[in-house]
This record gives sequence, structure tokens and C-alpha cells, in this order.
Amino acid sequence: MWTWFYKLASPPYVYGVAAALRLWLFGAAALAMGYGLIAGLAIAPPDYQQGEAFRMIYVHVPGAILSLTVYTVMAAASAVALIWRIKVGHAVAAASAPIGASFALLALVTGSLWGKPMWGTYWAWDPRLTSELILLFLYVGVMSLRSAFEDPLRGDRAAALLAVVGVVNVPIVHFSVVWWNSLHQGATIVRIGAPKMPGSMLWPLLSMWLGFMLFFGAVLCMRLQAEVLNRERQASWVREAIKS
Amino acid sequence: MTVGAWEAFLLVLHRELCLSFRRPEQLFQPLVFFLIVTTLFPLGLSLQLSALRDIAPGVLWVAALLSSLLSLDSLFKSDADDGTLEQLALSGQGLTLIVVAKTGAHWLVTGLALVIVSPIVAIALGIPTSAFAIMMLSLALGTLTLSWLGAIGAGLTIGLRRGNVLLSLIVLPLATPLLIFGAAATDRAISGTSTAGAMYFLAALCVFTCTLAPWAATAALRITLE
Amino acid sequence: MNFASDGLEFEKVHVWRGDRHVLQGISAHVRPRELLHISGANGTGKTTLLRVVSGLLRPEQGSVTWLGQSITSSRTEYQAALAYASHEPALKSDLTAIENLRFAVGLKRRVTPKDLLAALDRTGVAACAELPARVLSAGQRRRVSLARVLAMRASIWLLDEPHANLDAAGSELVSELLQAHVQEGGLALVVAHRDLALSCPVRRLELNS
Repeated sequence: MWTWFYKLASPPYVYGVAAALRLWLFGAAALAMGYGLIAGLAIAPPDYQQGEAFRMIYVHVPGAILSLTVYTVMAAASAVALIWRIKVGHAVAAASAPIGASFALLALVTGSLWGKPMWGTYWAWDPRLTSELILLFLYVGVMSLRSAFEDPLRGDRAAALLAVVGVVNVPIVHFSVVWWNSLHQGATIVRIGAPKMPGSMLWPLLSMWLGFMLFFGAVLCMRLQAEVLNRERQASWVREAIKS
Repeated sequence: MTVGAWEAFLLVLHRELCLSFRRPEQLFQPLVFFLIVTTLFPLGLSLQLSALRDIAPGVLWVAALLSSLLSLDSLFKSDADDGTLEQLALSGQGLTLIVVAKTGAHWLVTGLALVIVSPIVAIALGIPTSAFAIMMLSLALGTLTLSWLGAIGAGLTIGLRRGNVLLSLIVLPLATPLLIFGAAATDRAISGTSTAGAMYFLAALCVFTCTLAPWAATAALRITLE
Repeated sequence: MNFASDGLEFEKVHVWRGDRHVLQGISAHVRPRELLHISGANGTGKTTLLRVVSGLLRPEQGSVTWLGQSITSSRTEYQAALAYASHEPALKSDLTAIENLRFAVGLKRRVTPKDLLAALDRTGVAACAELPARVLSAGQRRRVSLARVLAMRASIWLLDEPHANLDAAGSELVSELLQAHVQEGGLALVVAHRDLALSCPVRRLELNS
């Protein structure tokens, strides 16, 4: 059972898997997002409470979910790299970080744009947006730490430890922010979030979520290939791979 | 003839306190910073004392966080620079014990000092004396938690250029729960409502951090020492 | 008695620093009463090797064993039995010489001020005992760090350039201390550019890039 785990520890194997999966993942992502966008933006009926504005959900919610998922993937890969000293874990973490940060930024921007028609302002310290902002700061911290070291392996290890410490804190931060917000909850603030949804609204949302996941997988494969090549540039298999 | 863990812990604590008191001016700097920052807010907002009271908990806590962060950079830096950190790591006593002693000593001279100075700042911000007990207790728990979060950050950023900026960047997002519960506790103490909920969470955060952070900080130091 | 299980052994140690393959499969076995002189040009990994042996740096490949046991499994006991002197004298400039010794040696074994003074006297800096380290010259600081190694009474000595900043009398002192240590049953790994003028047998490990 552990043989596949150890196979995954080999950089050339991972490079090969990433190269093979990439195109399929992009294709599947395009399909899922295509359906999601068309069904969500054009076909689904407007919400009775929020009108057309609710359609932001199709980008905002999957973006937010993915930003958390990617952080977990990054932290898990970091933990594997730290505990078992498997360097490919560092490559996965380094490849995922900017993708996750981009999802967090996307969630924040779309959340802010959604907020304008809902609250009349671009930012109202909504608890979920606030925790999303702190998550973005955590991503920036990990990426900055990695790039601050001259020795790349030390940078990888330091960033990995920070990612693991961060993942433990994410639920704590989220809970604290929700609690904080409950102290100041105005009765008039409409929460930007999923309204009660019939099938015609829900399926496109799930499809977008799946599409974003597949997209993450595809971009991860692409970045992972680059990271592995960079990290293993001294190895002979890399010269073969570049020639072909 | 080998030295027991408790004896070693006390020896390192003694070492740290000795070193801190040899440079007393460095002990005062974070406290002065604390006073300066809290002065900036009223100057910037030009509010009446009664209105200041509303923002006082937040101002107090942000100032305390920033002041603690200033001094965290020096937790391991000086030892790393002159090579004594390696000697401590190779002392045969386990790096975790060393880290606990160093962080404990650091809290005693910075965090605890902040707690003791806080009534002065509180008066300047219009916080009534009835809230002082909760304010100081919450600050004590908060600064202890922050010392530990800072120890992890300091361990990761030793020897980096602009290490202290990166340290703040890393530690502040992790410290937001502290800020939220600490300021809320102080706020409730001022308005006279029950502080139990906020204080329990703050205490729980403190215990959680004090239990897990030593291992993380030790791991961070090992990464840097390599 | 298993001959291979006594003393310090490192086998096929590989270390990479970024892209550089600094240590390329270095092995040696140092038994008690033996001294290993590690030499080589600048940048060949002498200090890196010493750090691997001390347990501070984990090699990518290879192992270090002490008395038959890997040092990673019994790290604290192993490190309690060694004394490491790095390239810098590793003294706190705000503490006096004797305080520096007390805080460093005191973690390894219980020492009295008399023990520490005796160690400082042996290395010729007893007069500096109550002076803060920042006023000492480079040579005096090196002697204080040697006193620290002496006072620890460790079986393994790992010394990185012990002769640095020392005059002729100081170099002689280093040789005397090393000889005494080896004769009493200890073992030592010494990184040095120059020849160690020692009367006891010295094994050589030359590192090249």
C-alpha cells in the first residue's frame, strides 16, 4: 500500500504524472466551468431577495472554498515534506501557494463587488470576508518567508513549518472573527452568502466548485512540473526531459 | 554529575535575565514605544476622554501587540550572531528546554513589564480603574501567547535581511484571535458586562499556544541551525 | 567486544548546499585515544563535516554513529558527551569570562567557580575572569573558549580552527591540551589548516572539492 506513496516521493515520477494529467484536468475544468457559468449566469432565475447580484456566488463561493482547500493541501504537503523529508512535498507546497493566494484574492474582490449592491459599500467587515483577508495574509507570509532565504532548501523548510502552524490557526482565526462580528452585528446587514437554493441554482454552483477544483489541479500540475525541474536541475533525468 | 532538567532550565533563565539587565536601556525601549503609540491615537483622533474610552481597548491592545513584536526579534538573534545559540543547542539539555527558558525570560521582561505599565496608558485613554484587573489579566495572557507565537516567528526568521518586518508579517495574522478576545474582554470590563466568555477563550488560546508552540519553535530553530 | 561499535563513526555522508555537493560520501572511524585532523582547501566542507558530526546538521545521506548507536536516536545524550568549539569563540560580549563559562558548562555538568577558574588558569586567561568578553582581545577570547571546552570534561572534542588568533605560545597550548585529552582516553576531531605538532598519533582526513 505504501509503494504508491514512495513512488510519489520520486521527482521524475511526479513530473511524469503531472505532465500526463495536465491536459485532461484542463479539459475537464473547462467543461465544468463552462456549464457552471452558462447555467448560473444565463439560465438560473434571479434570487427573490438579492436579484441578479446573487450571481456573484458562482465565482465567490467556489473561490473561497478553494482558497481554504489549497491551504490545506499546502499544509499537508509541507507536513509530509517535514516529517518524512520528502522534497517533492516542498515542490507541491511551493506550487500551490500562489494559486491559493489568487483564489483568496478572487474571493475577496468578488465578495467586495457583491457587497456593493448588498450593503451599499465595498467593504463592511463581514466575518467571512475578514477571515478570508487574514487567510490571504497567511499565504503572503508563507510565500515571503520562502523567498527570503538564500538557501532554497532552508526556505522550503521554514515555509513548510509556517504553513503547518498556520493551518492549525485557520479554524481559530475564523471562529474568533465570527464571534467578533456577532458582537457588532447590525440587524440590517444582509449576509452575502448562499440563499436557499433550488436545483437550477445549486447545480451550476456545484459545477463551478468542481470546475475550480479541476482548474487548481491543472494549474498545480503545470507549476509542479516547473518547480520539480527547478529543484532537480542538477539531476540527469532533467536534461533528458528538457531535450524531449 | 549530569545536570537535571529543572536545574538547567533555571540556569538558562538566569542567563537570559542576566543578559537583559546588563542592557537596561533595551528593556525600556518597548515600554516607551508602548507609551508613544498610545499617545499617537488621541493626537490623531483628537477625541474627548469619554469618547476615547470607546476605542481604548482596541488602541491598548494594538499598541501592546506592536510593542511586543518589536522586542521579539532579539529573542534568538543575538545568540545566533555570536555563536552561542549553537552552544545551547549542543548542551545536551534538549533544545525545547532552552526555548522554553528563553521565551519565558523574554515574557518576564517584556510582556510582564507591559502589563505593569498598562495602568498608566489606561488612565491616558480614559479606561476606568474598575476595569484594570481584567485589563491586566487579559494583557498578561495575551502577551504570553504572543511571546510564544513570536518565538516561532523569530526562530524562522533569524539571520534574514529585514527579518523583523517579516516576523511581524508572519505573527500578526496569527495574533488576530488574541486581539479580538483581549480587546473584547477589556471592553466588557469597562462597560461592566460579563467578561467570563472572552477571558475563558483567551485563557484557552494561551494554554493551547503554550502547549504546542514550544515544539514548533524548536523545529523552527533546528531548521535555522542547519 | 565489538570493535566497530566503539568510538565515533560517520559513513558516506553527503551534504548539498543549494546546488553545491559539499560533502561527497565522506567516511571515517575515530576511536578513543585517537585524533582526526580534517584538512582541505577553503570551501571543501570541513566546517560542514564537523557540524554533521555534532548533530546540528542532518546529512541528506549517510549516518553518524556513536558507540554503535545512531546519533539521531540518542541526540541529547550524545551531545552531552561532546564539546564543540566553532570558528567564532561563541561568547556573550556582555557577560564576563567566568559567567560565560558558567552558563555554558553548567548545562553539561555541575561546576564550582573554582573549577572554572582552574580551567581559565590552564589556558592562561585567569586574569580575565571578571572582565566582560567585549574588552578581551581575539586571542584572549579564543583562550576562554578553549577553557570552556576544557571545563566541560567531554569525551568528544570537535574543534574548528582552534589555532585561529593565537600566538605561538597559544598554539603550543592547543597542542598540549589535545595531547592531554587524547592520552586520558578522549577522542578529537580537529579542523585545521596547518599541521598539528603533536606527539600522539594523528590520522588525516583530507577533503577536496
